[in-house]
Amino acid sequence: MAEQKLKVTLLTGRTIEQGVGKERGKSSEDYFDACSMCYMDAGDMQKLGIKNGTNIKVTTKSGSVVLRAVKYRRASTPGLIYIPYGPWANAVCSDETTSIGMPTFKGTPAEVEPAPDEPVLKLEELLKAEFGR
Amino acid sequence: MSVIKSVTCPICGCLCDDIELTVENNEVTKVKNGCAVCESKFIGYRSEHRIKTPLIRKDGKLVPVSMKEAIHKAAEILANANYPVLYGWSSTSCEAQRLGVELAEEVGGVMDNTAVVCHGPSILGEQEAGIPTGTLGQNRHRADLIIYWGCDPWSAHPRHLERYTSFAEGRFEKSEWQSYLKKLKAQAGQKKVESTTRRLSAGVQIPRPQACSLGGMPPSLSKRGRKLIVIDVRKTMSAEMADFFIQVEPNKDYELVQALRALVQDQELDVDKVAGIPIETLRELADALVNCELGVIFFGMGLTQSTGKFRNIEVAISLVRDLNMRTKFLILPMRGHFNVTGANTVTAWQSGYPYGVDFSMGYPRYNPGETTCMEILLREENDATLVIAADPAANFPKKAVQNMVKHPLIVIDPHMNATAILGDVVIPSAFVGIEVEGSAYRMDHVPLPLKKVVEPPEGIISDLEILTKILEEVKAIKAQKTETNQPPAEAKPKAKTETKKKPKSVKKTKKKKEAA
Repeated sequence: MAEQKLKVTLLTGRTIEQGVGKERGKSSEDYFDACSMCYMDAGDMQKLGIKNGTNIKVTTKSGSVVLRAVKYRRASTPGLIYIPYGPWANAVCSDETTSIGMPTFKGTPAEVEPAPDEPVLKLEELLKAEFGR
Repeated sequence: MSVIKSVTCPICGCLCDDIELTVENNEVTKVKNGCAVCESKFIGYRSEHRIKTPLIRKDGKLVPVSMKEAIHKAAEILANANYPVLYGWSSTSCEAQRLGVELAEEVGGVMDNTAVVCHGPSILGEQEAGIPTGTLGQNRHRADLIIYWGCDPWSAHPRHLERYTSFAEGRFEKSEWQSYLKKLKAQAGQKKVESTTRRLSAGVQIPRPQACSLGGMPPSLSKRGRKLIVIDVRKTMSAEMADFFIQVEPNKDYELVQALRALVQDQELDVDKVAGIPIETLRELADALVNCELGVIFFGMGLTQSTGKFRNIEVAISLVRDLNMRTKFLILPMRGHFNVTGANTVTAWQSGYPYGVDFSMGYPRYNPGETTCMEILLREENDATLVIAADPAANFPKKAVQNMVKHPLIVIDPHMNATAILGDVVIPSAFVGIEVEGSAYRMDHVPLPLKKVVEPPEGIISDLEILTKILEEVKAIKAQKTETNQPPAEAKPKAKTETKKKPKSVKKTKKKKEAA
């Protein structure tokens, strides 16, 4: 029986695809594909009963965002999810700066649930939804 | 068609200066020597995502206007603001950054650069503990132990390994590229053998001989030549290339460094594991650190953005200091944007402080956590923002951006990025290092010239020219204001207007502080 929700630790960071996408243009397909996704452990995906490419909803104290789940093939990383830097990651990462200017982009507690019927928002749609412009 | 050699790549802190570009009809058509990101930039600079004309938001929509109108509007916003934030600066030239400091001083704003969300904590750590460091040339020629801690050069600085560390052919240390290829081939061969044995034995398990180790050390750490160690929370591509990979539990780097410091000083630890790593492994690691000729630690966001932040850096520097009692060791931050080091350097030689400099009192003030852009946005104290050569809407937490767009937002950038989409005044600029020249600082503080290889599109000017024009306009608007505010008979002191200009927000913070 697949679980409904999974408690994980959220990391955000660079990927080479994100680097290529950001130089191509933030509204480009490359950037969208590279940043609106979330690397997950294969075992965790099995627990949630989702496949490679299924949409998931990541929720933290700061908010929630729908992303495409991608199986992390290099190693097993149970309990860790990794979202490349970008507006999608920032919709959920913590704004706690511990008074030194730096938000906590890595190591935020988060929850993941399957959301196969919810769409991943494009950059313009995401900005419109979050900032009204 | 012309081929331009030795072009400096304006993307990451590596500033590779061996790029060869083929230019045809004022367009870059071929990129040689660069990484994937480099090629993407040199080909993508003229993409459909380029901003073609200046834009101003009217009735909720961005509409094209003339450059003169956009610059006047931007100057008006800045001149009338009480506490503007001038943020970005890391993807432009030092010349533009210098002018930025002048503009910030003129408008009594806050000058902050992207270091605040990348290596700001490293700078704080360095201010606490000092930094024993060297240039990338030193590492290339002499370092025999390379450690990447909390960073993935293969993704963020793709040519770092090839140009400055393990895979670079140094004068005294040889490249490990061939041995890495051999390792890959051996792994592929082993997989083949395994699959054949599986097929032939039809499910019967045949035990494989274990790799033997010398003197307790894992074979990869007792090898000759350059050693590469990666310490990270997950196995990255760089970790796969490494001779030795250590997987640390998230947010436990501080404990790990402190444990290593104890082991390097020959102290005993009463625990079995630190940060999820067995003490035996750590002892071997400590031996490797002490026994190298010249070691270097490169660290990235894994240390600066996780729990501990600048304290992680401070102890990492302390570890290097301890190691320098036994051997020679260096430490270097892996700076992200191509000129973020320049932004810190220029702001420091202009104002005395590297980032988060507040000019609202008429003199530079620096108090990270108070005068840094992130907290100002989160506390909603700013009443205007200028963003240049950065994209905070894509890289700041949601709440900070929500507060940023509540007040006028000026964006200067070549591309229609996320911040430009949200902007009130958008001014297109030419690409530094492609369409205009300038200078930039590499991650090890070596300044390098950036070349102009093609002409910018018609009507598009450089960051430097845009800032010069904005500064002139701001000065003119302020002079006009002073004239109209004061009757000519009492042409009294400037100081009066200055005190009048004191931002409310600063007073507010002061009050808050007193209350606390």
